[in-house]
Amino acid sequence: MSEKLLVNPIECEGHGACAELLPELIALDEWGYPIVDGRPVPPALERDARAAVSACPTLALRLLRS
Amino acid sequence: MTMATKGMPAEDTATDLPRLLPVNGQQPQDWHAHTARHGRIPYREAPGRLIADIQQAGLTGRGGAAFPVHRKLGAVLEAADARRRNPVVIANGAESEPASDKDATLLWLAPHLVLDGLQLAAEAVNAEEAILYTHADRRDDVGKRLQQAIAERRAVGSDRVPVELAEAPPRFLSGQETALINHLGGGPAIPTFVPPRVTERGLAGAPTLVQNVETLAHLALIARRGPRWFRQVGTAAEPGSMLCTIRRSDGMPRIAEVPLGMPLRDLLGPAGSDGAVLIGGYHGTWAPAAEAVKLTLDSHALGAVGARVGAGILITLPPDRCGLAETARIVRYLALESAGQCGPCLNGLPRIAAALAELAGARPRRQARADIERWAGLVTGRGACHHPDGTARFVRSALITFAAELDRHERGRCSATNTRPFLPIPRGSARTEEDWL
Amino acid sequence: MLENVSGINSSTALWYASRATGVVALVLMTAVVLLGLTVTRQGRLPGLPRFAVTGLHRNLSLVAVVFVGLHVLTAVADSYVNIPLTAVIVPLASPYERLWIGLGAVSLDITVAVIVTSLLRRHLSRRLWRAVHLLAYLSWPVAWLHSISSSRDMLHSWMFLLAAGCALAVVGGVGWRLAAAARDVPRAQRVGVLMSAVHDRAALRDRLTGRDTPAARDRRPPTDTLAGQTRTNRR
Repeated sequence: MSEKLLVNPIECEGHGACAELLPELIALDEWGYPIVDGRPVPPALERDARAAVSACPTLALRLLRS
Repeated sequence: MTMATKGMPAEDTATDLPRLLPVNGQQPQDWHAHTARHGRIPYREAPGRLIADIQQAGLTGRGGAAFPVHRKLGAVLEAADARRRNPVVIANGAESEPASDKDATLLWLAPHLVLDGLQLAAEAVNAEEAILYTHADRRDDVGKRLQQAIAERRAVGSDRVPVELAEAPPRFLSGQETALINHLGGGPAIPTFVPPRVTERGLAGAPTLVQNVETLAHLALIARRGPRWFRQVGTAAEPGSMLCTIRRSDGMPRIAEVPLGMPLRDLLGPAGSDGAVLIGGYHGTWAPAAEAVKLTLDSHALGAVGARVGAGILITLPPDRCGLAETARIVRYLALESAGQCGPCLNGLPRIAAALAELAGARPRRQARADIERWAGLVTGRGACHHPDGTARFVRSALITFAAELDRHERGRCSATNTRPFLPIPRGSARTEEDWL
Repeated sequence: MLENVSGINSSTALWYASRATGVVALVLMTAVVLLGLTVTRQGRLPGLPRFAVTGLHRNLSLVAVVFVGLHVLTAVADSYVNIPLTAVIVPLASPYERLWIGLGAVSLDITVAVIVTSLLRRHLSRRLWRAVHLLAYLSWPVAWLHSISSSRDMLHSWMFLLAAGCALAVVGGVGWRLAAAARDVPRAQRVGVLMSAVHDRAALRDRLTGRDTPAARDRRPPTDTLAGQTRTNRR
């Protein structure tokens, strides 16, 4: 069961907590918004991915089962 | 009203075109003319029955995205069964793309075909509510015509599902599927995030079918004549006919119903080899005229220049105009039409617009072009809708097609002899929340 | 302080424990509110990563709730005064000092709602979570009123300074947040504001680099209004 990260760009306000907790999969663009790697999350990073989802103050980041 | 006239492919008895547009080309078809030519609505008397025919016909959406219609119908019917909720069917006639006029023309000339399609689609998905969504600016002609048509149908009792007319605000995004539903639900005409898909959960939480008005007109004819008839024109992969909005060097829009796969050379008329062609409207692709005339009107062939058929908008830029200046004007409009909800679009489009304005001027900085490329990459795929993606595609194709012009500008020259604006842009931009309602 | 009480026994020890944990809870709640304000305005705490603001806000609120819990349990357990358990969550159910304990109960009810909805945030609608979370702005002043009216001690010496300091911090913080929000650009105007800013910056840059000649300005499409540029030929 693989999971993929998805950001809701309408809710996203560019707080940037996600990029700090998961720099391997999320980078910030020049305006502070997340560029999310849409490929399945490697098992080693699953815990960090969950932490990043939880840390988002607007719950814009989601982890979807695919 | 734009007419199918003058140098456009005339009635073709070999392929029975035009199918949607009236045979004589100019006369709006009232109920009697409509039934005399097409007969009455062939209801199937149960939900779902029409879907197999639509699948065999290979009908795809004519609103620009070309999504297989049978799959949308199936998804809505399935969601309706699973969630035990009656779906809503919406005929999308918003046509918010300024360069397009085919939907308004179809609604003016053959409203009953669209309304038939709406009823048949409603039956297919077991809907009890139907809405026909048209552009607010066309209230006086198309709007009145539709009210007449609906009154005619009520008088003869042909409709089983009541049809409500609704108006789209004059925003570029108002025809977008989720923005349309947002607006009908009482909000502004700005997109919402997907998931959930509108076929699953749309207007008032019900499974919602949104189809372009031309798509519904084709559906109404397939229900009568069958899938094999539909496939008699077009290509095997992209069957059927479609309505195109064609603007040649005089800037006048012409609407023609043509078979898919038709050579562009026949549609564009004489175009200089120096000119450029815009395929697919303001989210479409620029291509040099010399290359475009070698292609045919199907997405498979158009892929050679990175284009798709889209909603059938074909515009020839006169060689005396500056393609970069036109592009800059359009992108400025597109930037101002952003909903401003998503960071990348909100930040990227205005910056691209400003940099393009620089490229359209004399001696632009080298950096401007690199900035545009970077920003186009940054905005693509990072919004809630495809507005930034389409704008980026449009911009990139301009940089490729007008590369020679860009070189000239860098040396302080421009090949244009006419600075009069060519591509149409609506008046006024949105300033307050009311402009989106 | 101890002279004001006649006789010290284990029950008064519980009473003092209740008051002590109450003070700590108030300070922690103040910090939680300030951190919450910082989160909404995307503020940073110096030297700490971005997620620390949200993280501290959440963790500290759980610690605060623990202290509120201790505060409440010791008050109920204490036999010196009679506060029934129901009075903890039902306002005005205590026969003893009905009003200020009632205030405490109200504040506790709201706090529990905020914490529970936040823990279950992923399963709730955004609107519901937000509506309940906004009640925290009510919970804090009610808790503060509960604190200062709960004991004469609060009006003397360092307790008073502490209460006043907390109030100043929250009032100042909320004031700052409201002022900042008033400067926020409404959605429908955002892209217009950005367009002006970006074009102004470009024009400024051109002026500074001497590229803004009249000929260059004429070549560029006008950036003021779209009106009158062209008519759509729709008829």
